[in-house]
Amino acid sequence: MSKAFVAGTGMTAFGTFPDRRGRDMFAEAGLAALDDAGLGPEDIDEVFYGNFIGTLAENQGHQGPLAAEALGTTAPSRRVESACASSGLAIRDAVRAVRSGEADVVVAGGMERMSNMGTAGATDGLARAADDLFEIRSGVTFPAAYALMARAYFDEFGGDREDLAHIAVKNHDNALVNDHAHLQEEITVDDVLESPEIAAPLTLYDACPISDGAAALVLLSPSYAEEHGLDSGVAITGSGHGGDTMALQDRQSLATAPATRDAAEEAYDDAGISPDDVGFVEVHDCFTIAEVLALEGLGLYSYGEGIGAARRGETRRDGDLPVNLSGGLKAKGHPVGATGAAQVAAVSNLLTGIHPRADAVSEDVTVGLAHNAGGTVASAAVHVLEVTR
Amino acid sequence: MTDTQDGCYDAFLDALEASDGYYYECADGHALVPPRRVCPHCGDRELERVELPETGSIVTHTTVAVPTPQFEDDAPYVTAIATFGQAKLTGILRDVDPNDVEIGQEVTVTVDTAETTGDRTITFDRHS
Repeated sequence: MSKAFVAGTGMTAFGTFPDRRGRDMFAEAGLAALDDAGLGPEDIDEVFYGNFIGTLAENQGHQGPLAAEALGTTAPSRRVESACASSGLAIRDAVRAVRSGEADVVVAGGMERMSNMGTAGATDGLARAADDLFEIRSGVTFPAAYALMARAYFDEFGGDREDLAHIAVKNHDNALVNDHAHLQEEITVDDVLESPEIAAPLTLYDACPISDGAAALVLLSPSYAEEHGLDSGVAITGSGHGGDTMALQDRQSLATAPATRDAAEEAYDDAGISPDDVGFVEVHDCFTIAEVLALEGLGLYSYGEGIGAARRGETRRDGDLPVNLSGGLKAKGHPVGATGAAQVAAVSNLLTGIHPRADAVSEDVTVGLAHNAGGTVASAAVHVLEVTR
Repeated sequence: MTDTQDGCYDAFLDALEASDGYYYECADGHALVPPRRVCPHCGDRELERVELPETGSIVTHTTVAVPTPQFEDDAPYVTAIATFGQAKLTGILRDVDPNDVEIGQEVTVTVDTAETTGDRTITFDRHS
């Protein structure tokens, strides 16, 4: 299968910008990606735009054309909605468009604006990524859903809150030099353990913040990249998408993420690599337990082993497998619809050496991976990025 | 109140309330909570109605301190997933100290109304 070259990346700072409209944030990220690629709006064949709760947050449906318009084009554009995996799957659609030969230049990205909804409004909006009949009506919030999985994980495989706290500490530490990160704040294990409970056993510092922001990439077909001399040296070489039941109660195990496993297997096969080839990863750590579920689902750790990885130092930036060098969702922030694209952009920038944490990626590392989950991992998107020259 | 819009689910809640709970089982033995037309695990459409056991067992739980606006007056509350035979239900555990809730604890199921909205919600009681 052919590659999709990453020609440019762009993102806004992630943070709290309640007065900024989404179209403006996406314009900033998308235009930066186009500038980075050395291309203009007239070059765009198609736009793939991830967004989750814009209909509630901005009273705005049909956001695809609006996103294209923000970039200075009326090229065909669609909104991809898959909860927190919206832009991971927008990228997958873009990769498929490029690979099929139907498009040469695509912009894939996403945006979310949530802080204007307030904590209660955002909690309400985010809960809608769970099953309305089977979960929301039983008081399940999003932190609660992950808390149910965390408790089930402890029961099935062991581990404790302190193991999870080390994940938060690591990701905050990674974000300290990332000026685009929502939280640039050093924390300790005790800070996490002593922070207010939101859904036991998870506390405030087990959770990512409610963020606003946008991220975008320009992807090119190999022929276009070659013809226009735009080969950046990094390409998406593998893409996978896994699915699962919406409600946790319908799953056999509440302590694993089969959708991640399926997406990863598809992406590894697609790229012709194995988990052993992966040098570093950006994974979906909306809550600390989510990083554990991701690492195990990706086959980078066996079940029950991922929980201690941060505590043992293996996933810190000086460890064998650096995880979430950007700060992850936990510290970089999680504007839901922008997250998947921001992860792929981070992996690309880490491979090309322009990311502020690129010095943590050894020169011999040529493969990075991005993992984006929707809901309680009823959707998962995995992308493999490789240095191509 | 939104319940009136959900015919099949309403009927399921009515049955739980009348201690006449049920679930569906497909030919491969997958247990499914109504409403369902088809098993999401294997695609089987021949779903058989099976009586829900009277007591269930908690498989995981959480205490929600930060609720959605629909549960504002209910918080803090305990939400749990409990296994009743092969089927799993998600509900709110009534009248408990969150510190006393444990995995494996036996519960019964009924339907109660949420304090904030008055909407019906699946409710567990500790089995005595």
